[in-house]
Amino acid sequence: MNESAWDGTLSASEFSASAQAFAEKWKLNNPAYPPWTWVKSLEVPIFATNQQVEEGYLSLENVCIVKSNDDEVASCVEGEASLYDKEDEESTDSATLPYYFDFHIIYSASFRVPVLYFRAYCSDGRSLGLNEIESVLPANSAKVLLESKWTFITQEEHPYLNRPWCKLHPCGSSDWMKLLFQAVEKVDRPAMELYLVSWFSVVGPVIGLGIPIQMLKEP
Amino acid sequence: MKEAQEFVWMGAIPLQIHLHESEVTTVPPPPPALILAPRIGYLPLLLPLIKPYFSSTLPPGVDTVWFEYKGLPLKWYIPTGVLFDLLCAEPERPWNLTIHFRGYPSHLLIPCEGEDSVKWNFINSLKEADYIINGNCKNVMHMSQSDQLELWNSVVNANLEAFIRSSSKLKSGTIEDDYASKISWMVLGKVPVRLYVWNVSEDFGDMEDAPPIDSWDRISYVNRPLEIHREGKCFTLHDAIKTLLPELFGKKRKPSEGENDEQSFGSEEETKNNRMTEEGEGNISQPLETGSTADDDPEIKLLRIQGIEPKLETPISWVANHLRHPENFLHVCVYIKVPSAKSL
Repeated sequence: MNESAWDGTLSASEFSASAQAFAEKWKLNNPAYPPWTWVKSLEVPIFATNQQVEEGYLSLENVCIVKSNDDEVASCVEGEASLYDKEDEESTDSATLPYYFDFHIIYSASFRVPVLYFRAYCSDGRSLGLNEIESVLPANSAKVLLESKWTFITQEEHPYLNRPWCKLHPCGSSDWMKLLFQAVEKVDRPAMELYLVSWFSVVGPVIGLGIPIQMLKEP
Repeated sequence: MKEAQEFVWMGAIPLQIHLHESEVTTVPPPPPALILAPRIGYLPLLLPLIKPYFSSTLPPGVDTVWFEYKGLPLKWYIPTGVLFDLLCAEPERPWNLTIHFRGYPSHLLIPCEGEDSVKWNFINSLKEADYIINGNCKNVMHMSQSDQLELWNSVVNANLEAFIRSSSKLKSGTIEDDYASKISWMVLGKVPVRLYVWNVSEDFGDMEDAPPIDSWDRISYVNRPLEIHREGKCFTLHDAIKTLLPELFGKKRKPSEGENDEQSFGSEEETKNNRMTEEGEGNISQPLETGSTADDDPEIKLLRIQGIEPKLETPISWVANHLRHPENFLHVCVYIKVPSAKSL
């Protein structure tokens, strides 16, 4: 790695290490949410006995996101109490129907950054289309999406699962990661283990997942 | 060099396209459409040529076009030639495909809204390749809309002259290089590669007997840049495959190494001369022997790029320079036979 100027990217092995650190911090600081799990991506099907497969991705599934009437970010997990105040819980207004999201954080070998893939579905299992998802996200997220030039969502094939998922485009990630670290951390090159935590602090709110401030502090 | 590029751009697959029986409303059913499809093109782009054959027989409704081969919905963003090389172990001429105008399988395929979707996908791949080669997307981002359109149209029309003119504005498209191990257009020493791996679990003699691919889950898609050693040793096509598939070929390395560029393969190992025949001959390839672990290593049964089966000792720089697609990716189809897992 070039010591003089960090380009905002990370290697595959740095991603794996950072993912582990992220998952641990999340578990510690976000007990109301289920934990992120590491899924090994077995590149070649059938050849399942290779224990040396290192490549994988972070997965967080069945997260229930409820868009409340006052547009606060309101998230709950499968019927558990929500973290934020929200309006009428009993409302059958479609705007407050719980939607379930699956999130995968997958390393892009081409861009050398993490990429967020996600999909949404109703309680009856029906997948939501891209437009529906954008209307279901909390208003804050929609605002970030619209105003930021770094973030836009496209529908693309999941790198491993052969199904259409939504993806947050990675093209600008390395640029804003570089800026983030220079501005916030006042270092030229971060401890790579913290990469995902910082990355998620930007990306999370775009899709309605907040990150507790404690996670951003060194342990 | 220009010859190879012309060869690639002129490559075409004869298609015989049948309308799915559920969408035929006339008697007798319409005859299939016979279309010559450019290898470097994409199936949805053929619609203007195909539709006239079937428009009078379609049921009422909005068109949502998709293609299928032996029951497998085809991913529209994979170049036609690559689909053919991958799915037809024994090349079928003409290639019999089924077209649907209704009932898009949106749980399986990402949506395709005609040429715009294909163009968007192409430009994105071009950006991705640009990033891999140069470390940024500036070349593509700085192209004007009209230049991008011109580039795209040259692909749609398989017009090499127009493409060369347009891609000169791209700056990363220079190909006037020899195939020494230093490749000047690969600034970072990385080649954009898309590998389609079919793990063939059964043995088959002729390609004709190869079992059909009935699900995309049977194909492993590896989209990883290939990092090339530049220390003088010639990095061959064989080296490239092994580097891209460390899960299969990297038994000797430590588990903590996740990068592609830390291992040394290739020249030290003894590779027997693997004479692969030109397509259509149907000969069995010689099993690859790789040093002392011949029984354990996976066997490359077939490797196809742009419809040819290059010898595995070919320098990768030659392959990358000559056989890449217009978006600068090298698409490689590999059939691999992995030895069955030893029982514990």
